[in-house]
Amino acid sequence: MSPRLVLPAALRNCADGRREVEVQGATLREVLDGLATQLPVLERRLRDERGQLREHVLVFVDGVGVRGAAELDTPVRDGAEVYVAPAVSGG
Amino acid sequence: MAQTILMIGTRKGLVMARDRDHRQSWNLDPIQFANNEVYAVAIDSRRDPPRLFAGVVSPHWGPVLVHSDDLGRTWTEPEQAAIAFPEATDTALIRVWQIQPAPDNQPDVVYAGVEPHAVFRSDDGGVRFRLIEGLWKHPHRPEWTPGAGGACLHTVLPHPTDPRKVLVAMSAAGVYRTSDGGETWQPANTGIEVVWRPEGQRRPEFGQCVHKVATHPARPERLYAQNHFGVYRSDNGGDSWEAIESGLPSNFGFPMVVHPQRPATIFSFPLQADAERMPPGARCRVYRSDDAGDSWQTFAAGLPDDPYYAAVLRDAMCADSGDPAGIYFGTRVGDVFATVDGGDAWAQVGSHLPDVLSLRAAVVP
Repeated sequence: MSPRLVLPAALRNCADGRREVEVQGATLREVLDGLATQLPVLERRLRDERGQLREHVLVFVDGVGVRGAAELDTPVRDGAEVYVAPAVSGG
Repeated sequence: MAQTILMIGTRKGLVMARDRDHRQSWNLDPIQFANNEVYAVAIDSRRDPPRLFAGVVSPHWGPVLVHSDDLGRTWTEPEQAAIAFPEATDTALIRVWQIQPAPDNQPDVVYAGVEPHAVFRSDDGGVRFRLIEGLWKHPHRPEWTPGAGGACLHTVLPHPTDPRKVLVAMSAAGVYRTSDGGETWQPANTGIEVVWRPEGQRRPEFGQCVHKVATHPARPERLYAQNHFGVYRSDNGGDSWEAIESGLPSNFGFPMVVHPQRPATIFSFPLQADAERMPPGARCRVYRSDDAGDSWQTFAAGLPDDPYYAAVLRDAMCADSGDPAGIYFGTRVGDVFATVDGGDAWAQVGSHLPDVLSLRAAVVP
């Protein structure tokens, strides 16, 4: 079973209204590379054109935040939950 | 029946205004792209129907350029990003500051000015843009600094008849021109002072903090510039500039608009510079010159009488394509005003909107 990307409400319009999208990959980078092929409009909400995670995007793999840790090199097992959230910021 | 539309880009979304009765009153659509900054809007009236553009920045999900072929009711985001830096630049787009359709003789060409300092060009009507490498690789680039708003290329002025000529303006790098279709670019700031530099170093080749440049297609050699300290005119396409601020209460401000039917008539909204950045005397006033900046008149009828502290940003003033032309401006407290008689009388289009960043208007079929 592929990893499941779980989306916040604000991004579901980039995934035909779905809350979850299955994308193959053994690392977060591979998952997002797959997403770039599958749903490019969604992928660029998460990463800029250099391939870096956007500053105010949070990603949790199986409940553990990737920021300040392995980031895009974070291993992603089959069936993992890749949870995306907007950082609490702005005004 | 022809209608005038006004795109109001704000710090928290886009509001479309549509006139009801010959621009005397307006219907405002509900806000779109809520909580997204809309720094750049454009109407490409060369197409039928006109194509609308909006540069939209989400604080979380980044910048996108979208377009609408139904006058702003629905929007399309191309599957491939309309504007993205090539991989070799190792740079990411921060925001789109300007979307500028080219003149009629280049029907599918659209330019975009962005942050960080760069200009992009589309040859397919604004679906896909490519970086103009000549400016990106300019040897001056390491010395260009950001203005307070960022390292923005905020003005693109394609020459009305010669497609090889384009002028751009950047904060705080100055004005640059190309006459070979973007291969090479030369600074064009002679005569513009940089007053915050030490004495003797105030006329640099580049590094001016230009806020806006405007021109009229019938007189492309004549340019008007609002700078961070200084209002200027060039009568030779930017070879040199002379001050035209005599008669204005302040030489600081952001917008500069040329009347679409009167090339010597220009509009300004001065601000008490630059520590205050409020209208001088807290009076909401538009200044107009009918002699290319040699003298200025003040216009206030229909504008607020109460003390007014809000600024008008560089793209928050515009003209429409009507006859007589409508002139519009929006403020950072979300008021939008319009005049159809050149400024003698102003009427409110909207109020209590989020702070206004960008306006564009056109008469559409």
